[in-house]
Amino acid sequence: MSMNEMNARRDAMKKMGGMGFLGLLAAAGMITPQMALAAWNKGAFEAKTLADTLKALGAGTPVESKDVVLNAPDIAENGAVVPVSVTSNLPKSQQVAILVEKNPNALTAQFTIPEGTEASITTRVKMGQTSDVYALVKSDGKFYIAKKEIKVTLGGCGG
Amino acid sequence: MADPMKIRAANKDGVTEVKILMSHEMETGQRKDASGAIVPAHFITEVTASWNGKVVLQGEFGPAVSKNPYLSFKFKGGAKGEKVTVSWVDNKGDKRSDEGVIA
Repeated sequence: MSMNEMNARRDAMKKMGGMGFLGLLAAAGMITPQMALAAWNKGAFEAKTLADTLKALGAGTPVESKDVVLNAPDIAENGAVVPVSVTSNLPKSQQVAILVEKNPNALTAQFTIPEGTEASITTRVKMGQTSDVYALVKSDGKFYIAKKEIKVTLGGCGG
Repeated sequence: MADPMKIRAANKDGVTEVKILMSHEMETGQRKDASGAIVPAHFITEVTASWNGKVVLQGEFGPAVSKNPYLSFKFKGGAKGEKVTVSWVDNKGDKRSDEGVIA
């Protein structure tokens, strides 16, 4: 267990003990602390390498596809704010994930796309250093991937 | 509780584009403060957007999403005056829910 996790846990304990906001909600029967974090894919987000992350997502060895479009700058001056957009032209795209290979944890964000929503997501990510960035798309039960290298002038993860 | 989100939603040709700007520190847990102590991780873990009671996007964030996260997406449907509700939960259990009106 890492220090970060322990801290997070300690904070959570403090909150529960102190009947903070969550405690109040729990008392009101609206939410339990477990519920609040239950859906988050901890294993995938804490995986360190790209391969481990893909495994945790159940993606195995995804196929490279031109139908997955990863739109991002070639060079990011500020690694703290790198705009990334992923569009999938594959039918029945159910899931979209953004992975930064050389970040401490590769998985940055993942999205579940319900029917009626376009598999096209734009967000901003942090990058510690120049790295390959991957867009992973689950379409009709299969995984597809696209990659692009983004050069970072100023890292966004240090202090 | 955190500051409100900025939510913009616009419908064009039957498709609603939603742009969300959340107000959150998104602390990674990797950074050290001036005294060398690690600043504990504090980041949004889950985001859900819904329209007419139907979930139109569900997202999970890690700490590598930028501070004050931006998110945009499109869904089929939505009419002028209808509402899009966005809510998030962070790793400390804080949460926030806001509404945007489709223009």
